[in-house]
Amino acid sequence: MTNSTSITAAPGLPFIDVVREFDAPVQAVFRAHVQPDLFARWSGPRGLRMEQVELDPTAGGKWRYAFRAAGDQPFSFFGVFHAVERDALIVQTFEFNLAPGQVGLSTTTFTDLQGRARLALHEVYPSVAARDAALASGMEHGIVEGYERLDELLA
Amino acid sequence: MIDQGDGCQSTDEEAALDRAFLALADPIRRAMVARLARGDATVNELAAPFAITKQAVSKHIQVLQHAGLVTRSRDAQRRPVHLDPAALERLTAWIDRYRLIAEDRFRQLDALLAALPPPTTPDPPHHEHTEHAPHTEHAQHQEHQEHQEYQEHQVQQQQEEHKA
Repeated sequence: MTNSTSITAAPGLPFIDVVREFDAPVQAVFRAHVQPDLFARWSGPRGLRMEQVELDPTAGGKWRYAFRAAGDQPFSFFGVFHAVERDALIVQTFEFNLAPGQVGLSTTTFTDLQGRARLALHEVYPSVAARDAALASGMEHGIVEGYERLDELLA
Repeated sequence: MIDQGDGCQSTDEEAALDRAFLALADPIRRAMVARLARGDATVNELAAPFAITKQAVSKHIQVLQHAGLVTRSRDAQRRPVHLDPAALERLTAWIDRYRLIAEDRFRQLDALLAALPPPTTPDPPHHEHTEHAPHTEHAQHQEHQEHQEYQEHQVQQQQEEHKA
């Protein structure tokens, strides 16, 4: 049985909240967020190779990763860890290389459920429009292939 | 939580939504929308981060315009491109699409977690089974099933990596 994901994005507010439980210890879920080789194995969209993954999970430490898509155009995400509490909390800024200056703040809390774990992600965007753009771009990973073919027809 | 709607949209509205989703299926156009969320921009400003021709950028802007996501003022000389936040908000009502992607990502994490050695026992002793409370038959059965499920995810993921 797969755990379900709860996503909340109220109209007119620049937030996205995501809650998900995992059938794994909280230590493992946390590790998968801060260890670059592990992070690269799950966090990227299927079919795209995540590259240049750098994570320095300490207060003030930098993080970044990149993808290549659409004619070698590099897409990268980067930011700074603001607070990191092992197996409990990650507070970090995030920015997209093609939308410079739009810095978001994300808070990830990890809760120990006695062998299982709950992950709660709270993202704050610099504007409602930026939040909506992020929500709309979430489609990238799932349905993009089908649309790309249509796209070529229309180009 | 945003409602997905009552499913009674007219064909026109559906066609408009299709055009908008199609427009956003391209990563460069998504990047442009992200840039425009910060404020209006000229074609040159939008072209700056990309290694593509100005003509290609204009084409992308036309697709976004046709989808009703952006507008361009006629009078101003620089003709800046303007994002229509309301058009974007109509798309976010389709939050279930976003959910599917989030689900997919978390399933990849499920598979990874299932493959990781338990972090609490970095060097598992040979007699580890005697240290645990005895499992019920039901729990063991469930664990076995879940393990199989994760392995299937793993296999699927590896196959997709081969394809990529």
